[in-house]
Order: sequence, then C-alpha cells, then structure tokens
Amino acid sequence: MRTSRTTTLLLRNFANIVHSRPLIRNRFTHKVFFHATRTILQATGQPPPAEGFLPGVAQSKFIKSTQEEALKNAELANTGVANGETKKMNMFQAINDAMSIALATDETAVVFGEDVAFGGVFRCTLGLAEMFGKDRVFNTPLTEQGIVGFGIGMAAMGHTAIAEIQFADYIFPAFDQLVNEAAKYRYRSGGIFNVAGLTVRSPCSAVGHGGHYHSQSPEAYFTHTPGLIVVMPRSPIQAKGLLLASIRDRNPVIFFEPKILYRAAIEQVPIGDYELPLGKAEILKSGKDVTVIGYGSQIYTLENAIQLAEKDIPGLSCELIDLRSLLPWDVDTVANSVNKTGRLVIAHEAPQTSGFAAEVATNIMERCFLRLEAPIQRVCGFDTPFPLVFEKFYVPDMIKCYDAIKEVVEY
Amino acid sequence: MNSNISLKAAASLLNLRVNQTSFFLINGRRFISTSRILYQKDKIKERVPFPGATESYFTDKMQFIHNVEPIPTYRVMDRHGRVIDSSQDPQVTESFAVKIYKDMVTLNILDLILYDAQRQGRISFYMTNYGEEAYVGSAAGLDSEDMIFGQYREAGVLLYRGFTLDEIMNQCYSNEKDLGKGRQMPVHYGSKKLNFQTISSPLATQIPQASGAAYALKRSGKKNCVMCYFGEGAASEGDFHAALNIAATMRCPVVFFCRNNGFAISTPSLEQYKGDGIASRGIGYGIDTIRVDGNDVWAIYNVTKEARKLAVEEHRPVLIESLTYRIGHHSTSDDSSAYRPSKEVEEWKRLDNPLVRLRKWLENHNWWNENLELEFRTSIRKEILNAFSKAEKLNKPSITELFNDVYDRPTPNIIAQRQKLKRLIEKYPNNYPLKNFKNEGKDL
Repeated sequence: MRTSRTTTLLLRNFANIVHSRPLIRNRFTHKVFFHATRTILQATGQPPPAEGFLPGVAQSKFIKSTQEEALKNAELANTGVANGETKKMNMFQAINDAMSIALATDETAVVFGEDVAFGGVFRCTLGLAEMFGKDRVFNTPLTEQGIVGFGIGMAAMGHTAIAEIQFADYIFPAFDQLVNEAAKYRYRSGGIFNVAGLTVRSPCSAVGHGGHYHSQSPEAYFTHTPGLIVVMPRSPIQAKGLLLASIRDRNPVIFFEPKILYRAAIEQVPIGDYELPLGKAEILKSGKDVTVIGYGSQIYTLENAIQLAEKDIPGLSCELIDLRSLLPWDVDTVANSVNKTGRLVIAHEAPQTSGFAAEVATNIMERCFLRLEAPIQRVCGFDTPFPLVFEKFYVPDMIKCYDAIKEVVEY
Repeated sequence: MNSNISLKAAASLLNLRVNQTSFFLINGRRFISTSRILYQKDKIKERVPFPGATESYFTDKMQFIHNVEPIPTYRVMDRHGRVIDSSQDPQVTESFAVKIYKDMVTLNILDLILYDAQRQGRISFYMTNYGEEAYVGSAAGLDSEDMIFGQYREAGVLLYRGFTLDEIMNQCYSNEKDLGKGRQMPVHYGSKKLNFQTISSPLATQIPQASGAAYALKRSGKKNCVMCYFGEGAASEGDFHAALNIAATMRCPVVFFCRNNGFAISTPSLEQYKGDGIASRGIGYGIDTIRVDGNDVWAIYNVTKEARKLAVEEHRPVLIESLTYRIGHHSTSDDSSAYRPSKEVEEWKRLDNPLVRLRKWLENHNWWNENLELEFRTSIRKEILNAFSKAEKLNKPSITELFNDVYDRPTPNIIAQRQKLKRLIEKYPNNYPLKNFKNEGKDL
C-alpha cells in the first residue's frame, strides 16, 4: 500500500491547504468561490485542488443551514436534541463529534487505524487522542486485515471497536475478516459469541482526482454478505446520527463516508447525543411521477438532475429517496413510492454490473410489477476501473441522471 | 594551526558525546538516543540516526546475514518419561498430573470412535489429534478465565476445561443440543462458559482477533491473557503477520501457540518456509519467543505458565512454537499415505508418543499402572459410547434456526425468506427430511 500512503500524503497536503483558508461562510461566497475555481480549472485543465468541490452541495435544499431547519427533522423528535443547540459542522467534524460522544459515553470504546492518532488523513479523529488518551485512540501498523481482525477480537470481548480503513479502496485485504469472520461470528457460534460492538469506518467514492484507488464505492461487495450492516450518509447531520447508531448497533457495521463531502457538506448539527435509524430510507422530496433513489454524495447530483428535469418538463414531479442503509435496505419505502409513481431511476457511482442498483431493481420489479409504466433505469459508473483523467465522463453525473429521468417519463 | 585546533576540537567532541544523551529531529519527531557512539575493542561504533532502526550502528563490512544459530527446543523429560534436569521438574500434584493424562487418553479414544463414526457415515467430518495430545499441557498452564482462540485441532484444551463428552458429540452430530445450533461442520467447537471462542474454518483469522481480545483484556484491567493456537501452515497466512506485529506494537497480553506438526494437509513444513521454523519469526517482531518439545507435556506446561506470566504481568506478547508430528490424517477427507510413507507415521507412533511419555513419567512416580490404565480406558470408552449414542438419537435443531442469529434480530427480508421456506415445505413436504428436525418445520 505504499502508493496509497504517498497519495494520502498528497491529499492531506491538499486538505491542509483548503483547511488553512477561511471556511466558506455562506452560500453566496461558496458559490462565487466555486465558480471562480471551476473557471480556473477549466482554463488550465487541471484537476480540482482537493476534495470539497461537489457541485450543488452548498446550494442543496437538503442541507440544513439554520438551527430551525436542522431541528425540524421528525426523526430527531424523540432523541432529546429536538430543542437543543446546534453547531455549524462539516461532515468530518460531525463524524469527529459522533466518535467523541461514543468515546465519552462508553468506557470500552476505542478508535484505531492507520494515522488516526494525529487526527487522521481526513481530520476525522482530530483531537480525540488528546481528549481520551493514547490507549483509546491509537495508530495501528499498516495492515488492513490486522485492523479488522483486531477490531473483531475486541468486539468479541464485548468492547466497542471503531476501526478506520483509510480508503474504502483498501478494505479488500480485510475482506476475509469482514465477510468470513465479522459477518458470521454470531451465526456460527449459535449466538453464544458476537462482534456487536464492531464498526468499520471508511472514506469512499469519487473525489475528483482519486484515480483507481482513492475513488471506489465497494458497497455492493458487502451488501452480498448476510450478517453485516452497510451504511452511507449524505450530510453532517446524517453522518453523526447514523454513525452513533452504527457504533451502538448490536451488529458489525461498515460505515462508508463519501470523502468528497467531508468539507463540502456543512450543516447546523445538533451538538447533543442522537441516533438516526439504520435500515430506514428517507424521502427527501415528495413527488408523484418518478421515484429517484440514491445514497451518499450521489444525492446532490440527483437533486440537481431533478431540478433540471422539473424545469424542462412542465408539471413533472419527482420523488427523491436517500437509502442511507444499504444492508438491510428499506424496500418498503421504495416500493410504496414506486407503487405511487410507477417509475424508478436508481443511481450510484459504483460500476453497473452487480451493483446495488441491480438489487433494488429486482426487488421493485417483484413488488411493483403491475404498477411499473417504464423499465427501471440504472445510472451507474461504467463497468471499468475508476479512471483518473476520464472521471467526468465516468461518473453518473447530473446530465446522465437527468437523461434517465426523461427516458422513464417519455417511455 | 587552525587545522590542529579543529582536529582537537573534533576529538574532544567525539569523547564528549560518548555516553551522552543527544536529541535529534527526524520528520519533526524527537528521538532520544543515549551513547550514540560506542567504543568496542578500540573501535568506534556509531549508532545510526535513522528512525527505522535506532539500535543499529554503522559498519564498514558488507555482511549479509545468512545463518543464525537455530533456536533450541526446550524439553523437561526424555522419551522414557525421565526428567533430565530436576530443576525443571514441574512440581505438580498426583491428581493434577493424572487429570492431564486422563484428558489426553480421553481425547485419544474420542478420536478413535469419532473417526470411525465418520468412516461409517454417521457424522459428516472429523479431525483427530493423534500425536499432538501433549498440548493439553498448555491448557493446564493457563487460568480458566484466560480467553482461548483456536484453529481446530485443540479439542483437548476444551476437555481440560470441562467441555463434556455430550457437548462434543452434540456438536459433531449437529443435533438440537449443539451449542452452535448445527450450523458449522464437526469439530468447530465453542463454549462461552469455558472462555473458548468458537472455531471457524478460515485459517489464521483468529490470530489478529486474539491480539484484539488481549488488548480488550488489558484495557479492562483483568489479570488475564489470551491464548491463540494455530498450525505452522496457518502461520504462512497474512493474518499471522498482522497479528504478531500488532500484538507487539500495542503490547497485547497474548500467547501465540504454534503447533508445528510438520504438515499442512500434504505440504511438508520444508515447503512451507525456509527459515528456522515459526519461532525465528517471533524475534523479528520483537516478541519473546521459545521453542518447545511438543510431545513433552511438562515442557509445554512449564513454558505456557511462564509465557502467561510475561503476558499478564508485563503485557509482553509471547510466541511458543511446539514441535510435534501429525500422526493422523489431516482430516477424514484426507489419506495421508498419498504423500508420506506409512512407515514414517508408524515409527513416530512407536518411538515418540506424548501419551506414552507421560504414562512412563506417571509410572516412575508410582501414580499410574497397568490396572489403572485398563480400568480407565474401559470406563471412559463406555462413557464416550454412551454420549455418542445419546447424541445420535437426538433430533436436528429446529429449521427456524437456519434464519436466527444472522443479526441480533431477523431483518425484514430474512423474515420474508423464512415464510417462503415455510410455504414451500408445506407444499412439498415429502421432498425434505422434516422428521429429523425438531418441530418438523412447523415453527418456521
């Protein structure tokens, strides 16, 4: 994994550069900055300077920029933070906050992985070692199978292990430990042992210039594994609530964090201790003509595609659903939606063949056969490795998603 | 004049730096090094400033390291059960020694009966422990609260801890009383109450898990360690490397116990590695390491007790390599005569058998004799056969158990799939062996 380390250092340096400039203060400045950057980039043909430039995130209607918006969420109603304080956080800060709460509320909880002690290459563990001690937040040797195996062992003793795999692209050396061991631990022992306290966090998905091994979305490899929970948040509020739920869930969880959102997604996040439900999708926008589903950073691309489609096709109304949990996933919410709209578009960054969209499409075909008025559309990455210079052509961008919506409407 | 002064200054500087503490910065981290320059036989030995190996010193000789003296093999008694150095005598009581021997004999008879049962098609699979029974001595060197992670050839450890014959039979028969609910292949034992993590087939996966479990024990402040067993073949897996490295860097109280029995299925150890066995690797990881005669139950006992002390009291991981010989086939799916001469196996059985060694030792103490041997063998055989037929008569678990324990509670799709199986069974009842299962599928 030497190349990964080198690239990581590069990314870290980029991250520090971005971090050192004043944080974007409002949507307007961000918009100006974003467009300015894009203009420069287009002129020079250079890749974007760092993660954090996902079009549409700052302008998204799903980003909660005020305390009032943040606390309006019905899912927070029974969590005790409903009337509490909020604080402006980006996604890495929200994830940091969740781990901080997990460590503070559970003496057995530890955070470990490659380079987490100094704060992590994406700053997610910043300050935790200082706050909770080096025996609770520590670096491991550079070995992914060792990290997950170590976490399984801690969890088997009833402790809470929060392991980090530096990039989802490097989770594969731990595939055996996750699939053969963590996922089957409870089942194979007849329930006498389990690894309920294990959570594996990992940055995933496209970042603008990550190439083959800093861009992958490996969720479908894991959703094929009974015994695991697979989660991917789309925003700081979601990330904090879902991560706390994942850490405390009584099953091993893989928590994928779209790294492009670490700095790009900024919300007012409740400062208290709250959890959001695993296995539940969230309807972000109601509509009656087309159901559009996605997860992670793809949500913002879909939001833009829907805006464009609704503008171009008068009267069109799309329903947007964020799956959030991929295993188990919320078939009911999606099926109910498609039974209403009769049309479905699914989008994800991972390659199309055997990607998660195939699972969704099959289930919805089974559940909504008589209601479907057009073939289900999948908008996915191509069946190629994730390319460097061709990223803009590879990803299921706004235009591809917009086109798919048009296709199902005009079928 | 000037050059003279500077030479003097340089010399005095060199002298001054001897035995002095110096600080230097590498990558922004401060390293402290004492006596960076050592005098040895009038020659200056200068320690390297590199952070990757702070104990190294420069040399102007180009010398590859080819051979290191082989690690010796510790033993207490010879093949005739005579203690070689009385200071190493384990000083155990009669009842303790006899218990260990009885467990080893029990394991041996269990193996005979269950191996035959598989040959007769009564259980699907089995793995014997022939020739390696002395590892029971390692179980005796542990505290009952020490957590154990095993590979699959460690049933004797469970026997020592009090796993019952019924529990063994129930697991091998996958019946309704199997603690594992009939889900795993035979010999994949586990016991919460005996602190023995359930066995899984993927080799070496348990080794980094043992390191993690040991770290958890350390954090909880318990005066216990983790014991982790594996074969020399499994030590070629990446997980072995990961585990020992993490255990060393995180100072985990774990004892790694390698059963080096010369074969991984058909692969002889000479095709498994080129180094000095498994033990030589422990040193490379900075782990306290020892090699022991794996047919000498007291050597194993002594070594485990001491290793446990290092792990628990000093948080030092320890590697024990136990040299032995796999007398039996790898498993019931293997015929070892296809890759090694039967004569070799016979000779091992005859010349160096851990059971015989301990029996001779006991007889030397007048704690055992032919009558006791006959009496015990007859009675334990009867007990084993009783447990065997009892387990054989029991139903298989409820078919519902196919769907439980995947998660802490069944997910909606698992519930739907269970209901689907229920409908299918009702539709085609004659196509499934329902009567062998508890409740015959009615509780699905």
